Amino acid sequence: MKLIKIDQQSWAAGIEKVKSDYRVFGPVKEKNDHEFKLLEQNEMPDVNCQNTRLSPKSIIYPQSQVMFTYSLDESKDDCRIMKEVENVKSPMAIIGVRPCDALAFPIVRRNFDSPEYQDTYWIKAYEATTFVGLACNSACGTCFCTSAGTGPFGEEGLDVLMIADGDDLYAKSITAKGESFIQAAGWTTEAESAVDSKIDELKTAAESSINSSVATDKIKNKTILELYDAPFWEEEAFACINCGTCTYVCPTCWCFDVQDETHGKSGIRMRNWDSCMFPLFTHHASGHNPRNVKYERLRQRFMHKLKYYVDKYDNGIQCVGCGRCIRLCPVNIDIRKICYKMNSFDAESCVCEATSS
Amino acid sequence: MKKIMQSYDIRHETDMVEPLDFNRRSRLKDVDRCFKAEITNVIRLTDMEKLFQIRMVNDKDWERFTFLPGQFVMLELPGYGEIPISFSSSPSIRSTIELCIRKAGKVTQALHKAKRGAIVGLRGPFGTYFPMEPMKGNNILLIAGGLGLAPLRAPISFVIENRADFKEVHILYGAKDPSQLLFDYQYEEWHRIDDINLEVIVEQPDKSWIGPVGLITKLLDDIQITPDETYAIVCGPPIMFKFVCKRLSEMGVPMQRMFVSLERRMHCGVGKCCRCNIGSTYTCLDGPVFDFWTVMNLKEAI
Repeated sequence: MKLIKIDQQSWAAGIEKVKSDYRVFGPVKEKNDHEFKLLEQNEMPDVNCQNTRLSPKSIIYPQSQVMFTYSLDESKDDCRIMKEVENVKSPMAIIGVRPCDALAFPIVRRNFDSPEYQDTYWIKAYEATTFVGLACNSACGTCFCTSAGTGPFGEEGLDVLMIADGDDLYAKSITAKGESFIQAAGWTTEAESAVDSKIDELKTAAESSINSSVATDKIKNKTILELYDAPFWEEEAFACINCGTCTYVCPTCWCFDVQDETHGKSGIRMRNWDSCMFPLFTHHASGHNPRNVKYERLRQRFMHKLKYYVDKYDNGIQCVGCGRCIRLCPVNIDIRKICYKMNSFDAESCVCEATSS
Repeated sequence: MKKIMQSYDIRHETDMVEPLDFNRRSRLKDVDRCFKAEITNVIRLTDMEKLFQIRMVNDKDWERFTFLPGQFVMLELPGYGEIPISFSSSPSIRSTIELCIRKAGKVTQALHKAKRGAIVGLRGPFGTYFPMEPMKGNNILLIAGGLGLAPLRAPISFVIENRADFKEVHILYGAKDPSQLLFDYQYEEWHRIDDINLEVIVEQPDKSWIGPVGLITKLLDDIQITPDETYAIVCGPPIMFKFVCKRLSEMGVPMQRMFVSLERRMHCGVGKCCRCNIGSTYTCLDGPVFDFWTVMNLKEAI
């Protein structure tokens, strides 16, 4: 695949140019943190951002999304009929997606785009979007993407991968969608072949800057029953306050809630992100709750990511190693530690192996 | 898990039952359509439960809308929400469907205020069903506790309509007290049918109660069946499954021949919102009807 070199000047010009064809999203610094935002005229994505506080999942899958509208006006013919909102998506491009966040989209796709039923809201937004990734030259302390099926230069889920080298950027198109994005930006300068070895150096340096690794190889062969009854869940859940932060910041969490909201005589049906950490998530109208206790909810979240998903789709874990839940958890619950415990748990002796990772 | 499996395999190796047919999944594309329906009758069953008779506004919708005992439908009340409700009527009745609904949450409270002629939406049907066809030629135990009679009424109707295909039929129903008994006007009818054994038990009798008193498992004490030729359908609160199915197991009924209908909170019905999952199993797609063997291997199921 040919590599395109983008200097600072053509970078700014190219971004402005694609804005006429795409709605362009990129990381922008707001107060202390970076967030993905729709870029306005002359606004540039900040490529020096380590990573955004929240993942770009809300661009494809908004936190609150209106699906239907209805009227409760008895005098109208369409009273009490659900009308689907228009769901046409103009092309979007997300610039500066880190490889971990990019891998989250193919993972979430397995749920929303399953062979038996397709979620049109998610799929249309996903298909309209070009993912322009940015390789990581240095890792955060909480990153463990190399253990989660990707890496700082990972390409899965991306249409274009950009690599920053000092002031210069190199862009590599991965899909046809990415190719047309590069054309729309008008970036044509091919990089010299010497750059390849430079990129390999950057890649090796980036990979070695990741200092946590987690083994997940043994989880698959353990039975649900033995992990489910493991004693460490209560220990791990002791500090948990069921705030749901981990699920909201997670790029691969997809659970939602459907609610009707009425204003006067008209209303909307929308779906909102929900969290398995909340007791009401599974609370039945009858009063029965299958996950009534805190540790059961914590167990559900980690078992879903590291065991149920693995069993259901046989395609790696439902975690991309971005480390957001570790950074933002108010009580320092660490998925790496839980993963290690699950992986090394021995049901016979009821202990996790002593070898530390 | 392997150890448990082995011990049961030895006993039931020879009479493995056909797995549930999950073909419903291939028809899922039909379910995003919401049918406009009208409440034609509201029948008060107890203080808490009402039976709603519902008819499609458009006659042609009936052609697409067929269901099987044990499946459920999403009942939609714009402005309040959507709820999963099991069918309480026989699938062969093509004029109306009947849904027995307890006043419990936001939608059901609004629904209990609804009058004849109110318009609702129906989406579905969803989920797996009781495998009535393979049950033919066998004895059948239909066991319900409390509100469990609502989903059980569909297979009861099926069995009554096809009485000749079944050997012994026992309908066992238990409730907390006589005022909570559902469909009490039908017991007389079921009772009069030749060769159907209907037993009703309450836990806390009132002065006028002359029937048996105790828990549902007590009714099983008097039943003599050939376990190898018996199927059981059990509907009720999760706690009931444990005791009833344990008792049935002691009587020798294979776990793969006991079917239960699980209750879960659901929002989408198509396996997307992840609310009803039990491990990697989605109750809306792989359930709500499971054989008890599967339930025993699903942690958190009951």
